[in-house]
Amino acid sequence: MAESENIVAETAEKIFADLADAQTINRDDKGAWKAPLWQALTEAGLPLSWVGEDCGGSGASLAEGFSVLSAAGRFAVAVPLAETMLAGWLLAQARIASPDGEMTVVPASPKDRITVNADGSLSGRARGVPFAKAAKHFAVLASDAKGSFSIALVDAAKCRIETGLNLGGDNSDTVTLDKVQPVTTKPAPQGFDQTRLMLMGGVARSLQIAGALESMLEISVRYSNERVAFEKKISKFQAVQHNLARLAGESAAALAAATSAADAIANATTFNDEVFLEAVAAKIRCAEAAEKGGAIAHQVHGAIGFTIEHILHRYSLRALAWRDDFGSESYWAVELGKLVANRGADELWPLVASR
Amino acid sequence: MTAALRFDPIRLPSECEQLRKEVRAFLAEEIAAGTFDPHQPNREDTDVPEFSRKVGARGWLGMTWPKKYGGHERSFLERYVVTEEMRVANAPTRRFFVADRQSGPVLLKYAPENIKMDILPRICRGEICFAIGMSEPNSGSDLFAAKTRATKTDGGYLINGTKIWTSSAHIADYMIAIFRTSPPTKENRRHGLTQFLVKMKQPGIQVNPIGQITGQYEFNEVVFTDHFIPEDHVLGEIDGAWKQATSELAYERSGPERFLETYYVLTELVRAVGKNPDTRSAEGIGRLVAQVHTMRRMSVSVAGMLQAGKEPVVEASIVKDIGTVWEQQLPQRVRELAAFVEETATNRETLEKQLDFAIKTAPKLTIQGGTTEVLRGIIARGLGLR
Repeated sequence: MAESENIVAETAEKIFADLADAQTINRDDKGAWKAPLWQALTEAGLPLSWVGEDCGGSGASLAEGFSVLSAAGRFAVAVPLAETMLAGWLLAQARIASPDGEMTVVPASPKDRITVNADGSLSGRARGVPFAKAAKHFAVLASDAKGSFSIALVDAAKCRIETGLNLGGDNSDTVTLDKVQPVTTKPAPQGFDQTRLMLMGGVARSLQIAGALESMLEISVRYSNERVAFEKKISKFQAVQHNLARLAGESAAALAAATSAADAIANATTFNDEVFLEAVAAKIRCAEAAEKGGAIAHQVHGAIGFTIEHILHRYSLRALAWRDDFGSESYWAVELGKLVANRGADELWPLVASR
Repeated sequence: MTAALRFDPIRLPSECEQLRKEVRAFLAEEIAAGTFDPHQPNREDTDVPEFSRKVGARGWLGMTWPKKYGGHERSFLERYVVTEEMRVANAPTRRFFVADRQSGPVLLKYAPENIKMDILPRICRGEICFAIGMSEPNSGSDLFAAKTRATKTDGGYLINGTKIWTSSAHIADYMIAIFRTSPPTKENRRHGLTQFLVKMKQPGIQVNPIGQITGQYEFNEVVFTDHFIPEDHVLGEIDGAWKQATSELAYERSGPERFLETYYVLTELVRAVGKNPDTRSAEGIGRLVAQVHTMRRMSVSVAGMLQAGKEPVVEASIVKDIGTVWEQQLPQRVRELAAFVEETATNRETLEKQLDFAIKTAPKLTIQGGTTEVLRGIIARGLGLR
């Protein structure tokens, strides 16, 4: 990691530690923590990390932005930071300046399509859009009848939003555009399509899941060293030790897959099969780790981890929820399987060992 | 706080890509010449001495060792490339693999100069095969319960006792073994074992093959009866083997052999389903490929951190734990998907034979070289639970 990456990530970590402490947030049922946190993040330029200074952002590198998302995952941050970063990044692809305030991306699933009408307005429905309710603007990727992609900045107030909640209790809404005139539209760069957006979102979610698993491992280890049962710390029971070793394995696999994918995207010159493998493998493996690792973290905590008062659910349920955004693991597994089959058996190992 | 796990996204340096091409070209030539069949993994117990010598002649044995001992002073990442390409091609590496990965590095560290000058160049030329003498009939995972005695005599030691589950002992020229030179102490039950270099095929050593559930005879019982070992074959500190046994384990635990042992069934499944798989096959293959990619990224990361002088001990144990569990499950997952392969698939018979072999091989993968239970204990210690 380069020195500057550390500085951006450290800034984020410090803000989260000061203003997004899990215990404090968990006791605050009115959400009073949200505004100061968002303000601090904005003042540090983090929501627009991936927007160049000429487009109103802070011009951080992709790698620096990814390290912010890892930190956001470790704190299971429930504000639209990743979403605003992705929206700013999408708009920047078409050199559209980012406005102030919370944003999110539309669509957020590989199955939903937004269409550009002949008059330049946008129509379509996108399900499971994270934090749509909180967003002031949407960064929209839409295609016309010929299949050409455009990127548009849309005023959220002009769209119909049906509120939904994901497993972690964060907004995951249905956004309907009915001939909505965007604030700005520009053609997407050559070769930019919905897969690119989904994979960028998927890598963001992979990093967040890996971060949440790191925290689940840490609090589970700490709890097992405190909790006494049968007259000894439960960390001294071999069954518990082996469960925690497995949780460490799941956390490690998620971390390795997600950071590798982020590195691949940050350094990619072309978007080829190798980058595709990195991105989808991360989403698949991290989603599997969220399931297996989260289950162990809960098992170690026993009943207390099942209470709303305990912070464990902030990580475990969000990690499970993040599996669904930007294409689930089963969706991407099918796509990866098709790609591998199409390349043929003898081209599988060269793909895996390409870097 | 728990020390954070690290898996830096390490990429193989550019010199590795040229090397990879050379290894692939060499393996293709050997396959074409009929030295081995890449579709037949089930010849673990066959011995191909001429292949070992050719690999040595290419400079791919002792790659990281000093040149004065016949080595090539290349990086661990270059060695990684050679290892993974050989493994994926199902090349017959058994004869040299243990010497190259494990025994050579132990000799480099602990053997006297005359032994190093004698043996290491022969390993590098692919001429000699090593076995590892750890387990005994009543001492497996509990390594320090070993009882085979080394009794001091004129100019050396006399060995009496039995090693067991010793892979390749029937073809090995040497063995590196631990023997008891003193009883354990009250304070330290690991005290009293010493590491020795044993020359095989000598009086006082009897090798008895043991049949395995795969139908092969690849491991053995090795009985020592007043076998003489000269003084200069002691490796390291008398009674202090416990201090030496752990240092190189990170290399041993995290290599490509720890997740690619049954990889061939995945390649063959992809061949069998053809270009247009149904949804179930596509999803199954996609999940398996995501796993193998992730395992490889973890393993390369540990290799890179080792090369950079870091000590990712817990990370290396994690790679072996989840890598071996994965390679054990792989044939079962492939079997489930193979049930939907068309009857007309041309490689159907090959796939079925491979699956039979891989499923029979699977149980050993989480036992050999340190069981899952032992590894999870090491990880737990690293997490601060012990």
